[in-house]
Amino acid sequence: MRLPGKQTVYRGGSGQWSWAFHRISGIAVFLFLLAHIMDTALVGFGPEAYNRVVAVYHHPIIRLLEIGLGAMVLFHALNGLRIIAIDFFPRLADKQRILFNYVLGLYMILMAPLLYFMGKGFIESF
Amino acid sequence: MATTTPTKPRPARRAAARPANGSKMELWTWYFMRLSGIVLVFLVLGHFTIVHLIDTGVDRVDFAFVSGRWSSPFWQTYDAAMLVLGLMHGANGMRVVVEDYVRPSRAGFYKGLLYTSAFAMLVLGLLIIITFDPNRGVSTVLKG
Repeated sequence: MRLPGKQTVYRGGSGQWSWAFHRISGIAVFLFLLAHIMDTALVGFGPEAYNRVVAVYHHPIIRLLEIGLGAMVLFHALNGLRIIAIDFFPRLADKQRILFNYVLGLYMILMAPLLYFMGKGFIESF
Repeated sequence: MATTTPTKPRPARRAAARPANGSKMELWTWYFMRLSGIVLVFLVLGHFTIVHLIDTGVDRVDFAFVSGRWSSPFWQTYDAAMLVLGLMHGANGMRVVVEDYVRPSRAGFYKGLLYTSAFAMLVLGLLIIITFDPNRGVSTVLKG
């Protein structure tokens, strides 16, 4: 939204960025979910059908997208918990910046093993 | 010489609040997003750890892997719960996104598309999980 002059209501604080990333990660994970239900449904058609399609997930490019999926899911989960905490304990609203820093800290701690295991899988997929 | 009065930037006009029509739907979806969100954190991160991180990750995921898991009622229930909650949580989130960016005259079309695809995936997913026959390795509905 643009205001007269050079002002804008978007100030680029952590609140705005967390909102944007929450939305983007949510949309991405939902779209993957729709595809994921369809590929898993092939289990009902027997081994040949399922194994043929699921082999796609072993391709290096897909392994890379898989890391992106993990990064999206993890952010959405942790930031979602922050939103829920603020909603149910309104006093935390004053501390939302600090809470977001906790989210980022925990995110980096949990992303480390995720990147290690999935990175290993990615390298071995060549 | 005319002096120009500096024009103060006017505050943006606030969008009118959506009319309260007495429906509690918005309140229920608000609660649903938070409660399902808490449950999904555990279900999804557990699922992700088992399928993507442990052992060789997705490399070991094939028919035998899924078939083995779905021979246990626990994992069938786990996956069914994740399917239902995840789809509803995601579809409701997408509804909010559509309402935010699509003008009301067109939003109905996109919401219809959204609800139809989410419902189709819900039926498909549940059907596959519930009718899966681990002894024969197929869905009893799809393959007689």
